[in-house]
Amino acid sequence: MSVQGPQQVLELAKVSRTFGQGATAVAALREVDLTVNAGEFVAVMGPSGSGKSSLLALAGGLDRPTSGGVFVESTPMAGLGLNALARLRRRAVGYVFQDFNLVPTLSAAENVALPLELDGVPARKAHRQAVDALRQVGIPELAHRLMDEMSGGQQQRVAIARAIVGNRRLILADEPTGALDSTTGHGVMEVLRSRADAGAAVMLVTHEARHAAWADRVVFIRDGRIVDEATAMHDPAVLLAPAD
Amino acid sequence: MSIRHSLLALLQDQPRYGYQLRVEFEDRTGSTWPLNIGQVYTTLDRLDRDGLVSNDGGDGEGHVVYSITEAGRAEVQGWFATPVERSNPPRNELAIKLALAVTLPGVDVAAIIQAQRTASMRALQDYTKSRRDTAANQRAADTAWLLVLDSLIFQTEAEIRWLDLCEARMLQLAQASGARSHVRKPSNGVTVEEATPLTAENRR
Ligand SMILES: Nc1ncnc2c1ncn2[C@@H]1O[C@H](COP(=O)(O)OP(=O)(O)OP(=O)(O)O)[C@@H](O)[C@H]1O
Ligand SMILES: [Mg+2]
Repeated sequence: MSVQGPQQVLELAKVSRTFGQGATAVAALREVDLTVNAGEFVAVMGPSGSGKSSLLALAGGLDRPTSGGVFVESTPMAGLGLNALARLRRRAVGYVFQDFNLVPTLSAAENVALPLELDGVPARKAHRQAVDALRQVGIPELAHRLMDEMSGGQQQRVAIARAIVGNRRLILADEPTGALDSTTGHGVMEVLRSRADAGAAVMLVTHEARHAAWADRVVFIRDGRIVDEATAMHDPAVLLAPAD
Repeated sequence: MSIRHSLLALLQDQPRYGYQLRVEFEDRTGSTWPLNIGQVYTTLDRLDRDGLVSNDGGDGEGHVVYSITEAGRAEVQGWFATPVERSNPPRNELAIKLALAVTLPGVDVAAIIQAQRTASMRALQDYTKSRRDTAANQRAADTAWLLVLDSLIFQTEAEIRWLDLCEARMLQLAQASGARSHVRKPSNGVTVEEATPLTAENRR
């Protein structure tokens, strides 16, 4: 039997993204290399405008790079037609948008079940999975509430439930704790962590060091470039401060 | 950390000998601040000299057992009742290092900040992992250790936020002095307003 390395779920190879042209062009990302393996949780931190959302959008196939390649489970996104790309996004990729992106006229459960139903999952089964996802984010009792009758933090949790419903292999979350209090934010980290522990590749964009610290790897981005990376050592010695 | 008061507090529970005190202390603080046994014995000698503990003699197995005196109990009570003294201001090597770095020519402060940020993040990742593992199979004795971990997590988080602020301030100084070549955006969650350097106008 051959030795299997860690399974690569997401690969960004020399990815650049420039918005606009000529004198007003903005280089949002510059030759970024990044891979996320199955079971790995990666956090992305960086100043406002450094390219975090741009990075996530490319990883989720919502945007295409100006140059470089994006691969999800070794499939080059550039080679996919619109339909194939949409199917990949529905089945394999869970995405939490910075501004939620929920359908206001649908209930929480309907919003969460939507990608499953679009993908042909029978309505009842999709509903069951949706309620289960809402339970994981702590709001099963709000399943039938309409979006515009929910608080910002509640909507944010619905958006997270929609990203983890079914067994998504790649979960991308852009500031998913912005509208949450610290206990709820902690709960969201537990959900993302357990998804990674169950084998998903997770990428989180956050401004909160406390949340980023749940990741196996924290990537620091500045002006569209990855400038550094912190990997947990799991070294008990770090816990030892000198006695006085 | 006051070893003296920590040992006294443990003796308030029940009489103990030196090695027991060390094990008990480390168990309750997750071995975060390891005690060396010599330190324990020296401290017990001093407490005995000051009348805060009494030497009860051997337990028949070669251990010298100590118990707390009335004066010792009063001392512990006073310790718990008094807020922890802040050395004024607390000595902070990181703050000193950065303060010197920004005022000396030829020092790449941005690089120092990022190196520290990465190191602090690693520690924060490890604390967070320990906290998660401990909470997952929590024993009664872990309550104290979880509190210690929470404290370390908050301190490290504060350090990282402070580094972000330092970076934003420096950026602003660079912009103000017209150094356009390395213009960067303000850092994580720190608005330009928060980062405004103290000047005569806005100090008030
Ligand atoms: N559609 C767009 N058109 C033009 N410029 C864009 C577009 N999207 C992003 N940008 C620019 O690209 C850069 C990176 O933006 P991005 O949204 O990735 O930042 P971010 O790191 O997510 O910031 P924040 O923390 O504020 O969300 C910014 O300068 C932004 O103005
Ligand atoms: Mg963003």
